[in-house]
Amino acid sequence: MVKIINLVKTFNGQKVLDGINLTMPTGQITVVIGKSGVGKSVLLKHIIGLLKPDSGQILVDGQDISRLSSRQLREFKQRFAVLFQGGALFDSLNVFENVAFPLREKTRLPETEISQRVRFRLAQMNLNPEVETKLPDELSGGMRKRVALARAMIQEPEIMFFDEPVTGLDPPMTNTVFHLISRTHQESNYTALMVSHDIPEVFSVAHQVAMLHKGRIVAAGTPEEIQNHPDPVVQSFIRGEVDFLEDKTIL
Amino acid sequence: MANLVRQLGQRSLNIVQEAGDMMIFLLEGLSLALVPPFRPRRVLQEIYQIGVKSTLIVMLTGAFTGMVMALQGYYTLRQYGSEGALGSAVALSLIREMGPVLTGIMVSARAGSAVTAEIGIMRITEQLDALDTMAVNPVQYVVMPKLLAGVIAVPLLTAIFDVVGILGGYLVGVMLLGVSSGAYFAGMKQSVVAMDVHGGIVKSLVFGLTIILVACYKGYHTGPGAEGVSKATNQTVVLSAVLVLAWDYVLTSFFM
Repeated sequence: MVKIINLVKTFNGQKVLDGINLTMPTGQITVVIGKSGVGKSVLLKHIIGLLKPDSGQILVDGQDISRLSSRQLREFKQRFAVLFQGGALFDSLNVFENVAFPLREKTRLPETEISQRVRFRLAQMNLNPEVETKLPDELSGGMRKRVALARAMIQEPEIMFFDEPVTGLDPPMTNTVFHLISRTHQESNYTALMVSHDIPEVFSVAHQVAMLHKGRIVAAGTPEEIQNHPDPVVQSFIRGEVDFLEDKTIL
Repeated sequence: MANLVRQLGQRSLNIVQEAGDMMIFLLEGLSLALVPPFRPRRVLQEIYQIGVKSTLIVMLTGAFTGMVMALQGYYTLRQYGSEGALGSAVALSLIREMGPVLTGIMVSARAGSAVTAEIGIMRITEQLDALDTMAVNPVQYVVMPKLLAGVIAVPLLTAIFDVVGILGGYLVGVMLLGVSSGAYFAGMKQSVVAMDVHGGIVKSLVFGLTIILVACYKGYHTGPGAEGVSKATNQTVVLSAVLVLAWDYVLTSFFM
């Protein structure tokens, strides 16, 4: 179980996270929703160890990861995988090398075994063998996301993090990526945190949804509970209403 | 006035802090070369990117530098009837000064800017973060091989620059202006001593490390977006060229 307790982070005097409390139950997908720029990715970067909080705790199986030594943090990182917003595929490596990268770096598996696993993961993401030799620049946005998901899944993580996994994709590809996430979750039963503002698609994969607003979690519950939540901020976001108070230029 | 002094003080503090950060970055990069995994393949790839791909431009610059020096030197030396000293004048200037400095500036313009752009793009597209989350140290995987490649490639490029420059001087001095071929090489053999060559090698080592350090540091700490990468690349070329010239003065005064 991953538990975040009273997490605070300030950038240039501005409190981006103002006392976040959130629990990610084991084996479930927790989705953090909220407007762009509200601090969803900042929250995720704290949990994966890329940012240090000003105060608060991030407990993974009872251990505070913000206080781990660099060696312990390295060991913790072997337990999770991240699907970054743009895929974060390595430009200089082709698709096969990108997906094989974690295995080549972190295991002593023979090349034949690595090839077998890479091909299995690419097939699982509905990617043809012809894409193996392509560079990331030669791929469409949807293919890039699926290759990145294959690279994440090849690590067989206990915990998965998804940072805006469908941003910039067309509706059919958005559904495809969410379907692949659901399928991989059913197969591996990983614990997951996803940050996204793609409503209502995220409700189809989420077990738990939390809404981040002005640095705090203002609502948390099952997708149904969030959809029927009485808070006008939550309802306004779910309905995609124009925020006149925030953006006066629209007037 | 007080505001001006405050701004000046703040700017000075920023420069000192950045220099300190750069030194820590250098020490981290170099110390990771001693820790497994050693990544020899990555070092070879970077030698190719930084060294081999810069060879042509370094040869061209070296050839024209040697040719111009022979031309200028010939007309100056002729006034004193010392055309025979042309070979030693060209060789000494190239080995001691022009070779390391111009190679450094060319490498900074070609390879330094490319290194900053590459690492900067890796930063803004979260590739460095991806390495980190896979428990692969980005400094060890990306920066360390480039630093080692800079230290290995720049002295070799400088040697190529010197040889091509001497041949360019030969072309103009001997084949076009009629200086004796024997005098051109004999004068060179007499006047160039081991200390000159050592000085040139030390300079090129320092310049190689400085250029690639600046390039990696600026790329690694690039600002957001395309504008951030463009600014970092620009700063790399300007700062590394200035540092090459400043180091040149310090090292020359040391070797004199």
